[in-house]
Amino acid sequence: MPNSQIHNMTLVELKKALNEKNLSSREITETLLSRINDFDDSVNSFITMTSDQAIKEAMEADKKIANGDQTNLTGLPFAHKDLFCTKGTLTTCGSKMLHNFIPPYDATVVKKLKNAGVIMLGKTNMDEFAMGSSNETSYYGSVGNPWDLKLSPGGSSGGSAAAVAARLVPAATGTDTGGSIRQPAALTGITGIKPTYGRVSRYGMIAFASSLDQGGVFARSCEDAALILGEMAGLDELDSTSSAEKVPNYLESINHPIKDLKIGLVKQHFEEGLDEENKKNLLSAIDTLKSQGAEVIEIDLPNIGLSVPTYYVVASAECSSNLSRYDGVRFGHRTENYENLEEFYSKTRGEGFGAEVKRRIMTGTYVLSAGYYDAYYLKAQKVRQLISQDFKNAFEKVDVIAGPTTPSPAFELGAKMDDPIEMYLNDIFTIGANLGGFPAISVPCGFVNDLPVGLQLVGKHFGEESLFQCGHQFQQLTDWHKQTPEQFK
Amino acid sequence: MSSQWEVVIGLEIHAQLAAKSKIFSGASSSYGGEPNTQACLVDLGYPGTLPVLNQKAIEMAIRFGLAVGAEISTRSIFARKNYFYPDLPKGYQISQLDLPIVVGGQMSILNNDGEERIIGITRAHLEEDAGKSIHEGFDDSSGIDLNRAGTPLLEIVSEPDISSASEAVAYMKKIHSIVRYLGICDGNMQEGSFRCDANVSIKPFSQDKLGTRTELKNLNSFKFVEKAIQHEVMRQIEVIEDGGEIIQETRLYDSDLDETRPMRSKEEANDYRYFPDPDLLPVIIDKDFINEIKDSLPELPSIKKERFIESYKLKSTDAEVLTTSKQLADFYEEVKKLTEIDAQIVANWLIGDYTAALNKDDLDIVDSKISASDLAGLLNKIADQTISGKIAKEVFDAMWKGEGSAEVIIEKKGLVQITDDSEIENIVNQVIENNPSQVKDYLEGKSQLLGYFVGQIMKETKGKANPQKVNEILKKKLI
Repeated sequence: MPNSQIHNMTLVELKKALNEKNLSSREITETLLSRINDFDDSVNSFITMTSDQAIKEAMEADKKIANGDQTNLTGLPFAHKDLFCTKGTLTTCGSKMLHNFIPPYDATVVKKLKNAGVIMLGKTNMDEFAMGSSNETSYYGSVGNPWDLKLSPGGSSGGSAAAVAARLVPAATGTDTGGSIRQPAALTGITGIKPTYGRVSRYGMIAFASSLDQGGVFARSCEDAALILGEMAGLDELDSTSSAEKVPNYLESINHPIKDLKIGLVKQHFEEGLDEENKKNLLSAIDTLKSQGAEVIEIDLPNIGLSVPTYYVVASAECSSNLSRYDGVRFGHRTENYENLEEFYSKTRGEGFGAEVKRRIMTGTYVLSAGYYDAYYLKAQKVRQLISQDFKNAFEKVDVIAGPTTPSPAFELGAKMDDPIEMYLNDIFTIGANLGGFPAISVPCGFVNDLPVGLQLVGKHFGEESLFQCGHQFQQLTDWHKQTPEQFK
Repeated sequence: MSSQWEVVIGLEIHAQLAAKSKIFSGASSSYGGEPNTQACLVDLGYPGTLPVLNQKAIEMAIRFGLAVGAEISTRSIFARKNYFYPDLPKGYQISQLDLPIVVGGQMSILNNDGEERIIGITRAHLEEDAGKSIHEGFDDSSGIDLNRAGTPLLEIVSEPDISSASEAVAYMKKIHSIVRYLGICDGNMQEGSFRCDANVSIKPFSQDKLGTRTELKNLNSFKFVEKAIQHEVMRQIEVIEDGGEIIQETRLYDSDLDETRPMRSKEEANDYRYFPDPDLLPVIIDKDFINEIKDSLPELPSIKKERFIESYKLKSTDAEVLTTSKQLADFYEEVKKLTEIDAQIVANWLIGDYTAALNKDDLDIVDSKISASDLAGLLNKIADQTISGKIAKEVFDAMWKGEGSAEVIIEKKGLVQITDDSEIENIVNQVIENNPSQVKDYLEGKSQLLGYFVGQIMKETKGKANPQKVNEILKKKLI
């Protein structure tokens, strides 16, 4: 098998090649590392490379395969969003605040995937503390969209998405608090799943908004995403909010036909904010699913219009508290000159955090303050319940809710940085799933102005199987997910 | 103190729970240890770490709630209390605000006049302790020790039902006794395992509205609680009587100067921005679990006291003292079981000589030098008239010094009581013979001289003569 094809192979294909000994893990690893070396200056998708360690691990993986001791993912190349703590490897969360932070432990997700056998090539770029929708808030610079490097890949998991889209790595972790996996997946033409809240352990995932954050995965197909998620998911005693619900074999059920599946189309999605071209793509994707016998039903999410403001109250409130630990006392950035404790805090945090993080800490502090708590935080929690209930009501009638992932395709870097509201509206279709804790996947469903857009499917709690099934059937009939940006072919 | 002022006090007691590990991590919660050796990544607030609730802490809080007749919330919530301080690693403390685990309850105390007073308990909630800042030995900076960070605390909040410093102490002692009975707190005040804050205000008796309160922080001994409150009440009276106003503020008690001084005013107070901690699920407690704990509760002091009065016919005050600690009460019952002597005499010994000896050597009853069976052995020697009560004290002292059992010491020192009538009669005759003038005075009506003769006889017999017999025979001879 020619090494020149390695970067275009999916995980499932690589796994087969490894097991049949047509490729070695070392070959795969070295090929991709050199590809990252050649291409990533322009994309900037990685913050840290772990090349030496990766080659070492790949050689060990080859030994295991030779001895028949391999596990499910032995020798497969992988990357982690730089928000997952990796023992002994710099973990910055895209922030100057953690420019020197080397965790003494592995996040549960990192540990599980390591045990399953993946080879980590490096840590990927991201919006600072996962706050952003364009990957421009990173202390380590913005990331280019492989489809057009002048454009944003979306965010906050922009580095992981761009790396997978540019064929630098076949799959990578991401985290999704308001759309941070699905939006960049859509804008870079790849597959990204945010599982049910509690499906994947948050232990070792640096927190942005604890009640919304969920780890997930980017890949180039639903099959690959299913393969990885099966190893990431499961109960973790170190995370009280992780679920004991049994993890199904996603790869097994992925081939089930969707002829009995009921798919909901949200009335409100067509009312405003959706590009005409995007809408055409969406409807044609729905037709494809219909052609497989799925029944399409219109549903109503009456409160979905309130999701963006609700999200920005809840997420900001939680982040203002979650980010209090960055005080310069125990780890991370510490200011050099200070006269007293207050100055120590204000300079450390003033220097360590970027503008968007500060904006959200201030917003969050405000909405939790005495006198404003009821009007903002408590009200937002109530609306969150309403939105969640809307989804639950809809799921009485349908198995999956389909819609656009984003209102429009990728935008230019810098275009929305001065207008936070405009930026926040990019997440208008994705936030609902986070507020209700529902699983959601984005799969490529066409192009608008030569740029990829995504079809979002939202499932019932722990309904990841339906999402994979639906997405996989769609990918059997379409080749949007196989499209590769010209300069990364 | 001017009598027109009514004092209103509420206490917030912090009891450190005797769980082996911390409330949200697996690190050890034992006291001491080199700084920062008993703090894991969760306690250090490392990025990505998450709290996991220690079920033992829940169980202990429920035990307390049941013991004070409170309601146990079947659903309670942990909330974050946000503020910045270097010894608070996460920048927030995990505590409970709106839905605490224990709601209501009460405690009866005896005030100075021996009257029963009921002090209401508003709530008791679980929270984590912060670390410690160390200001000495670091030149111009401070050290942080996070060993204590995450230690489980139960904060017990009283109603403002307490009306004097001494009542505050009585209430605090009562809670101290309860938590130790329940085995949920070691009660060690020097190590800070049991401490309190006091909210103090005064108002004219005629007025319904409460006065402005001040909060006295971190009172870690019964003596300091009493002195700090007394001092603060006097200060408030002075301020008001001089035409001033009380400012709502937090004050620190300085035990060296015996005064309170302001720490921070209401304006400077933090806005803690409490909100439910999204990392922890609501705590749901099953009724069966509560019942299980109810069945496992020990006999509580108030019930034990009643039983002691009922079955041992003890004086109420003695029963109260004996049941303050479970160990003392158990010790009493063990001695009682092994001796035939009157139950009240056993009580007198325990409350008197025995407690005094423990205090002198600063020992806890579990480390005592005389076991229950040894003490019973001594008391049995009084019961069977081998020795008098007075000699018994001498034997007790020797036993405390480790000279052996009562039997051995009595034997070795020849302390067996003289009960033989003829032997006593001989000595009485001798004493009468040697003191003719005193005998004359006695017979002329100075009856108090009887004691003098008894003294002389005891001196002759080195105290071994049976006192009743001596009296009997003396009176017979001196006619």
